[in-house]
Amino acid sequence: MRRFVIGSARNLIESSRQKYQFERSILSSPYRFLSSSPAADSPSSSSSSSSTMAHPVSLNTINPKVIECEYAVRGEIVTLAQILYCNIGNPQSLGQQPITFFREVLALCDHPAILDKSETQGLFSADSIERAWQILDQIPGRATGAYSHSQGIKGLRDTIAAGIEARDGFPADPNDIFLTDGASPAVHMMMQLLIRSEKDGILCPIPQYPLYSASIALHGGTLVPYYLDEATGWGLEVSELKKQLETSRSKGITVRALVVINPGNPTGQVLAEENQKAIVEFCKQEGLVLLADEVYQENVYVPEKKFHSFKKVSRSMGYGEKDIALVSFQSVSKGYYGECGKRGGYMEVTGFGADVREQIYKVASVNLCSNISGQILASLVMSPPKVGDESYESYSAERDGILSSLARRAKTLEDAFSKLEGVTCNKAEGAMYLFPRIDLPEKAIKAAEAAKKAPDAYYCQRLLAATGIVFVPGSGFGQVPGTWHFRCTILPQEEKIPAIVTRLTDFHKSFMDEFRG
Amino acid sequence: MGLKALDYETMNENVKKVQYAVRGELYLRASELQKEGKKIIFTNVGNPQALGQKPLTFPRQVVALCQAPFLLDDPNVGLIFPADAIARAKHYLSLTSGGLGAYSDSRGIPGVRKEVAEFIERRDGYPSDPELIFLTDGASKGVMQILNCIIRGQGDGVLVPVPQYPLYSATISLFGGSLVPYYLEETANWGLDVNNLRESVAQARFKGITVRAMVIINPGNPTGQCLSEANLREILNFCYQENLVLLGDEVYQQNIYQDERPFISSRKVLMDMGPPISKDVQLVSFHTVSKGYWGECGQRGGYFEMTNIPPKTVDEIYKIASISLSPNVPAQIFMGLMVNPLKPGDVSYDQFVRESKGILESLRRRARIMTDGFNSCKNVVCNFTEGKSLLSTGHSKAFVFCDFFSALLLGYHTGAMYSFPQLRLPPKAIEAAKQAGKVPDVFYCLKLLEATGISTVPGSGFGQKEGVFHLRTTILPAEEDMPEIMSSFKKFNDEFMAQYEDNWNRSRM
Repeated sequence: MRRFVIGSARNLIESSRQKYQFERSILSSPYRFLSSSPAADSPSSSSSSSSTMAHPVSLNTINPKVIECEYAVRGEIVTLAQILYCNIGNPQSLGQQPITFFREVLALCDHPAILDKSETQGLFSADSIERAWQILDQIPGRATGAYSHSQGIKGLRDTIAAGIEARDGFPADPNDIFLTDGASPAVHMMMQLLIRSEKDGILCPIPQYPLYSASIALHGGTLVPYYLDEATGWGLEVSELKKQLETSRSKGITVRALVVINPGNPTGQVLAEENQKAIVEFCKQEGLVLLADEVYQENVYVPEKKFHSFKKVSRSMGYGEKDIALVSFQSVSKGYYGECGKRGGYMEVTGFGADVREQIYKVASVNLCSNISGQILASLVMSPPKVGDESYESYSAERDGILSSLARRAKTLEDAFSKLEGVTCNKAEGAMYLFPRIDLPEKAIKAAEAAKKAPDAYYCQRLLAATGIVFVPGSGFGQVPGTWHFRCTILPQEEKIPAIVTRLTDFHKSFMDEFRG
Repeated sequence: MGLKALDYETMNENVKKVQYAVRGELYLRASELQKEGKKIIFTNVGNPQALGQKPLTFPRQVVALCQAPFLLDDPNVGLIFPADAIARAKHYLSLTSGGLGAYSDSRGIPGVRKEVAEFIERRDGYPSDPELIFLTDGASKGVMQILNCIIRGQGDGVLVPVPQYPLYSATISLFGGSLVPYYLEETANWGLDVNNLRESVAQARFKGITVRAMVIINPGNPTGQCLSEANLREILNFCYQENLVLLGDEVYQQNIYQDERPFISSRKVLMDMGPPISKDVQLVSFHTVSKGYWGECGQRGGYFEMTNIPPKTVDEIYKIASISLSPNVPAQIFMGLMVNPLKPGDVSYDQFVRESKGILESLRRRARIMTDGFNSCKNVVCNFTEGKSLLSTGHSKAFVFCDFFSALLLGYHTGAMYSFPQLRLPPKAIEAAKQAGKVPDVFYCLKLLEATGISTVPGSGFGQKEGVFHLRTTILPAEEDMPEIMSSFKKFNDEFMAQYEDNWNRSRM
């Protein structure tokens, strides 16, 4: 059993090896990132009836864009005591408890028949019952089992818009909100709209969350990379954006959009407001859609940093609908709630014409609607209990408990990484990850080459075999050539952190001893 | 600077090409009217619970408990939840790692996929491999994933029945492929004629299209027919000869209101045929929790099962699934409950049977009311097929036919939850539609909506033979509202026909 688990965890690392090879080709010609057309092993296009020919659907004949895209973070999820999963941002699989109030409301909405039973009051908090009634009243016919409007239930969008307004201090329009099954389908939808061919480019941070590279590849576009500056805490320099934009334009790529992940994944930085203003200005000047991945907006761990939405920043600059096209993504999977399995999320779409909006709606409607439970939860995370509500105290205790524990875990891991020979680790200001850099001895790099692996993948694989700890090699996210990293989530339960630190420290020492020159 | 980041002109052309009638012009207009305060009867989407169908109690109890697992430790939980629901909730929670709040395996929870495989085996009599079953956020997501894998460009064609459910045309446009239509024979109860198929394939090839796949919707949407075993054999043979992957949309398999022609899965027929066909023909079958007497549309739960798809291809499909991380977990549990229902002797069994029977019987009665209602309308055309004997013969006017359709005739070709009557529109109505810049059946349906609040889908959204017009309605409005709906429909229809008819009828007679 354990072997099986190791095997599947190994696959995770294995897949990032391919990623690495592939990335080398990217980095030598960055503007064809992921979009190179495959060798045209053209399948039987003149197929006539014959039973001896290849299957209609086989590796040779499926959509090559499907084969092109890579997705390093995931593989099979298996849990077993000996394996310490630090690879996926999936908090509840590692024991994080859901927020009670949210789950009470969801349970009641799933089974409204008990709402008016007196026994229910003994089992549920009064405000959860009240909230469930409110939500059911917002759903036409109180039917949680019905397809909703393809943008999501209007009443829930009203609640979310009010939540955004309260967060930003600027108005939000419920008609700008599209509820989706997690943030990922929303990202896909925007890529689908933007990308016409490989001539269309999307500026993406490197390192980046592989959803973006995968989605761009699947839709046949070109990823235009810009590097985050590790030396300044993974800072985002507008000069770098400009440089990459110019270079790609000179190669005939039409850059359509800029992806910014704030707080950063895998890099954990929280952008400063001034920096965000410069980014907004850049997008406005260059006519780019700003795709703001803001799913970690609740995950900020340092007092000196604060999350500012791009919408707030651009509105505070006096830029409205006419000035900038902005899409903000939010999810129920992250934050203190971590409700990954619910597949809830939304995008707030501003600065597009009505004709484009209609097209987004049309694409959304092909899939009918997102799941209702996820929709309800998205409204709950944007309007949690307030001071004075019966559940407020337990809610805020649960929330603060989770966030402060995440901050402690981040600090403990960061300190531990920094103590390792050859490892430097930036502060996790936000999100759920650390992305330390590791300077590997020459001998280790040679050994990795001999094993046909990227050096960081080799390190991670050795780590897994020796300790059961699963990290994702930096090559899965992209990095400056010649630098090596790994991504570690801060999600393992707090009592497991010391064991991770000890095992990692011991392994690292022996690894360095083995390869030190 | 006037650079516009994304305007209509610079959008992906494939997106613009997508047509999606179920939520198209009619639906938008209906929503507007509703906003203005008009009472709208939505019969455009197969969305039973929106029209008052109550969810089955047991699955809702189980999922509620999974949402709030802390209730399981509460000594008072038994006061409002029955013991078998509590046991089932514990069972499903034990299959997850981290409850409803954790991403599952991208293919779905292994334990639930095993229950699906057992269901398929019980249904078909052949074993099914859980590794080849992927759970999805509704069947539509599954269809989109599979078509995404198949379609490489506009040179790739997919055979799709006409009339069809617009998901297929929309998805094929979105991925830039070519839809290759084959017409269902209205005069043969929307039967599928293999000669038509051959012709469609030949025509597509002539245009340089590589036909890769064939979609069948069984029971049919919007047409409601249930394919016979013999017909399925012909189809599978055809796929074998033409080297097509068969996509079997079987989401209405529970919606059968008759005994003579039960639903038979494509997979069972494929296995029955034996080698070489059973080892060779590639099949992907789709199912959902949205239809049947479950009608849990809002959960977005579904699965697809792959047969004869090579492992490397399965890996690629897995990769595509993994980009969306995982299907939503509550719906996976609904799926588990659907394929592994209560058994006699369980505490909640009687209630469960009562509820599901009640829903199916009511659907049957509603189908009947609709059939009779449509049949009493002017120029609503009906072919005389097996349904004939059931129909009232009281329509003396020659042009009042009573075609109908599919799902609805008791004891005959019945399945799905729609009716698809043919409208014989007088030339003047067609002319008036042209003046208004509308397709004639869209024109009719818009007028119907304005006059009565009944929101239907014009047949042109599904495809139909040229010069022939239909509308699709679901049979889902609440039973007690049905007589009134049908009488306001009749009033509108007969006035509409009278308005545009003039001498047309007499000359036709």
